[in-house]
Amino acid sequence: MTTNILEMRSITKTFPGVKALQDVSLAVQRGHIHAICGENGAGKSTLMKVLSGVYPAGTYDGEIVFENETVAFKSINESEATGVVIIHQELALSPFLSIAENIFLGNEQQSNGWIDWNKTNLEAAKLLARVGLRDNPITKVRDIGVGKQQLVEIAKALSKEVKLLILDEPTAALNDEDSAHLLDLMKHLKGQGITSIMISHKLNEIKAVADEVTIIRDGKLIETLDMHTDEISEERIIKGMVGRDLGSRYPDHTPHIGEELLRVEDWNVYHPLDHQRKVVKDANISVRAGEIVGIAGLMGAGRTELAMSVFGHSYGHNISGKVYKNGALVDTSTVAAAIDHGLAYATEDRKRYGLNLIEDIKRNISLVSLHKISKRGWVDSNQEIVVAEGYRKSMNIKAPSVEALAGKLSGGNQQKVVLSKWMFSDPDVLILDEPTRGIDVGAKYEIYGIINKLADDGKGVIVISSELPELIGICDRIYTIFEGRITADVPRGQATAEYLMQNMTQEREKDNR
Amino acid sequence: MSAFRSAVNYLGSQLRQVGLIIALLAITIFFQIATSGITLKPINVSNLIVQNSYILILAVGMVMVIIAGHIDLSVGSVVAFVGAMAGVMITQWNIPWWAAIVLCLGVGALVGVWQGFWIAYFGIPAFIVTLAGMLTFRGLTQIALQNQQISPFPDEFRALGSGFLPDLGGGTTLLEPLTMGIGLLATALLVAQGIRSRLARKKYDVEDEPFAWFILKLVFTAGIILFITYLLASYRGTPIVLVVLGLLTVVYAAVMANSVFGRHVYAIGGNLNAAALSGIKTKRVTFMLFVNMGVISALAGLIFTAQLNLANPKAGDGFELDAIAAVFIGGAAVTGGIGTVTGAIIGGLIIGLLNNGMSILGVGTEYQQLIKGLVLLAAVAFDVYNKRRSGGR
Repeated sequence: MTTNILEMRSITKTFPGVKALQDVSLAVQRGHIHAICGENGAGKSTLMKVLSGVYPAGTYDGEIVFENETVAFKSINESEATGVVIIHQELALSPFLSIAENIFLGNEQQSNGWIDWNKTNLEAAKLLARVGLRDNPITKVRDIGVGKQQLVEIAKALSKEVKLLILDEPTAALNDEDSAHLLDLMKHLKGQGITSIMISHKLNEIKAVADEVTIIRDGKLIETLDMHTDEISEERIIKGMVGRDLGSRYPDHTPHIGEELLRVEDWNVYHPLDHQRKVVKDANISVRAGEIVGIAGLMGAGRTELAMSVFGHSYGHNISGKVYKNGALVDTSTVAAAIDHGLAYATEDRKRYGLNLIEDIKRNISLVSLHKISKRGWVDSNQEIVVAEGYRKSMNIKAPSVEALAGKLSGGNQQKVVLSKWMFSDPDVLILDEPTRGIDVGAKYEIYGIINKLADDGKGVIVISSELPELIGICDRIYTIFEGRITADVPRGQATAEYLMQNMTQEREKDNR
Repeated sequence: MSAFRSAVNYLGSQLRQVGLIIALLAITIFFQIATSGITLKPINVSNLIVQNSYILILAVGMVMVIIAGHIDLSVGSVVAFVGAMAGVMITQWNIPWWAAIVLCLGVGALVGVWQGFWIAYFGIPAFIVTLAGMLTFRGLTQIALQNQQISPFPDEFRALGSGFLPDLGGGTTLLEPLTMGIGLLATALLVAQGIRSRLARKKYDVEDEPFAWFILKLVFTAGIILFITYLLASYRGTPIVLVVLGLLTVVYAAVMANSVFGRHVYAIGGNLNAAALSGIKTKRVTFMLFVNMGVISALAGLIFTAQLNLANPKAGDGFELDAIAAVFIGGAAVTGGIGTVTGAIIGGLIIGLLNNGMSILGVGTEYQQLIKGLVLLAAVAFDVYNKRRSGGR
C-alpha cells in the first residue's frame, strides 16, 4: 500500500497560446508538509487550481488520485467535500462578518433553516482553539490583523474536515512573529494527521517545516527533494528554480552610460490600509542616462510599491524620502508633476492600470500628451492619427488600424500601446513594471529591442521583473529587493541568477555580524 | 462579394447608432399613422421641440456625467430651485430679467460646486450626494417660495421659454425666411463638415465607412433637417429654445469629441486608475463636470419656468429620470466611458415623441409610464445583447 495521500499524474494544462503546465507529476505523502517552489509564473498556482477544482476536470489532461481513488473535481465545492481545501494568497474573508460567521460561511450551522447562533459560536470557539486563536468568535474579521485572519482561514478549513490543506504563500503578507506562529501551527496540524501543501518563496520557511520540496520551472516538474535524507541547502533549491540556459533570447546591446538622471534617497512607504506596516524601507536607487537598471524581487517584496510611490505617490501612505532629477531636488507627489519632471511609469497590470480598454489605440497613445497635439484645449484629431500611425509602424503594433479598440489586442500589442503612450510623452526616465508579463516569446524579444533603443536614445530605463534571466539578459545593473529593503546593487558582470535569488530571499547579512 | 461583406460588417459595427435612428423613425411613423397625421403637423413639431427642450438640455449635461461614470439625481430639484430663485429675484427683489438670468446661472454653478466638492474631493459616491441634493434643493425651493407659486413673469423672460425668432417676412410669406435661412445654412455646414472630415480620414487612410453609406447618411441627415426647417417655417418660425438647444448640442458634442477636457472625461469613465496614472487630474475633471451640470440644470430651470410662466414648488419632479433614461436609450454605458451627446439627444427625442404621441392619443399617464419603462429596458437590453454578441464594446 502506498503512503501517498495524493498523486497527480502527468498534468498538462494549456491556456490559449500558453502551455502553463506540461506533464507535471506530484506525489504527496500522508501526514507530510510538502512545499512547492518556483519562480513567479512557473505554474505553481495553476497546479494547485487544477488540484482544487478551480479549473474543473476536463479542462486539463492527466489524472488525480486522492486517497487511492481517482477524482475529477468539477468545482471547489466538490474538492472541499472530499477534504481538499485551498487557502489563497488573497484571503477570502468577508470583513464585516464575525469570525464565526466567516468560518461557517456557506456551511451554516442551522436547525430547520434558521441559523443556530449558539452552536455556530460554540463550534467556532472550538476551531479557534485548535489554531491557537483566543479571540471571541463574534469579533468582526476587519477588527483582527492579517495574521489572525490567516488563522481564521485555517480554522474555516478545519471546519470542513480537511485532509489536505493547500496554502498559497501563507506568510507573504505576515510579519515575522505571525509567520513563525503560522509555521508552528502547520507543524501542529501535521501532528494531528493533516497533510499540507505549501507554496512559498521563502526558502528559510521551507527548510524549517517542509518534509519534501517540489520545484517547478516553466510549467515543468524539475525535481522533488527529500528535506530529511538529502543534504538540501537553500542554494540547492535556488539552482533548481533558476537553472536554465539563457541562450540568445536577448538582443545584443552595448551600453553608452552618461550622467545620473534620477536618484531616489531614503525612500520609505507605509501600506495604504495598514498604516503600521512599512512596505518600502530606506530604499536608495539611481539610474543614469543610457542605463538599463533592473529591480529584482519576488512578488510582494515592494518593487511595484517603490515604483508607484515615486511616480506621483500613486501608492502608499506617509511617504518620505527625496527624489533628485539631474541632481536637483524635485517634487513628484502628483502624477502630473512626475510626468512634468520627465518620469514615466508603465504598469505591471495593463488592463487595470494601463489602458482604457473600451477606447481605441490612438486615444490611448495620446492620453498622456494631449497638450502636444492640441491648440487652446482642442485636440487636432488628424495629427492624433498621424502620431498613432507612426507608433503603430515603428513599434510594430499588430492591429487593423489605429482605431481598433485596445481591449481587442493581444497582450504583446497592448504592451506596445502602453509603451507608445509613454514614449510619446518623451520622458527622461521610464520605469517599466513587468514589461513582458503575459507576452509570448517573439513579442518579448521586440520589447527588449525597444528597451535597448530607449537607452541608446539617452534615457534611463528601470525594469522591474520577476524573471531573473530577463533582468540578467538586458540590464546593466540590478538591484535586489527583499521585504521592502534594497539588499544588493549588482553590476552586470556579477549578476548570476543564484546570487540574485539569494539576495531576493534572505536579508543582507547584518553589518555588525 | 468582399465589398458587400465589408459593408455588412461595417453596418454591424454601427448597429447601435443605426438602430437608434431606425427606432426614432419607426416611432414617428407609428404615431403619424395612429394620430392620423397630427404628429408631423407644423404646430405639433414646434410644440414637441419646445415642450421637450428642458429634458434635452438636461440630457446633454447628464450624458457627460454618466460617461464619467457618475450620475446626477438632483437635476429635477435644481430646476425647481432655480425657477424659484428666478421668481423671487424678478418679482420680489425687482432685479431686471436679464440680470436674474445671469444670477440664476450662477446659482446653478454654486449648486454644482457644492455637489462636486463632496463627490470629487470628499469621495462620496455621486448617487448619494445627488440623492441628498434632490431632497435639499427641493426643500430650499419650498422655503424660497414659502410653498406658494410665483406668477406672472415679464414677457422678455417668457420669450426664453416660449418665444420665437422674429418673422423677417412680417407674416406675409408662406415660409418664414429667417428659419429657412438658418435651416439651409445648418444643412450646408453639416454637409461641408461631413465631406471635410471624410477627406481628412481618407488622407490618413483610416476611413472604413463605405462611400454609399456615407452619402446615404449625409442625404438622410440633410433631409431631416430640411424637413423640420420646412415644418417650422410654415408655422411660427424658429423657437428661441431651439436656438439654445442647437448651440448647446453643437458645442458639447464638439467638446466631448475633440477637446482635451472631453478626452479626459472618456478616459476617467473608461478606466479611472489608468487615467490617474496618465497624469489626468481626475478630481478636478469630476468637479468641473458637476459645476457644468449645475449650470445646465439652471438653464433648463429658467426655460421651464419661462415656458409655464410660473415658479412652482413642485416643478421639475422626475426630470432627472427622463434625462437619465434619454442618456441610456442614447447608448451610454452604466459603467461609464461610453456615450455621445447626439445619442442622448436622440434618446431624449424618443422619450419626447412617446410623451407627445401618447398624449395626443389620450393614453393615460399610467400607461405612458409603463410604456416608457419598457422602452428603456428594451433599449438597454439591446445594448447588452449587442455587446455579448460582438464580445467587445
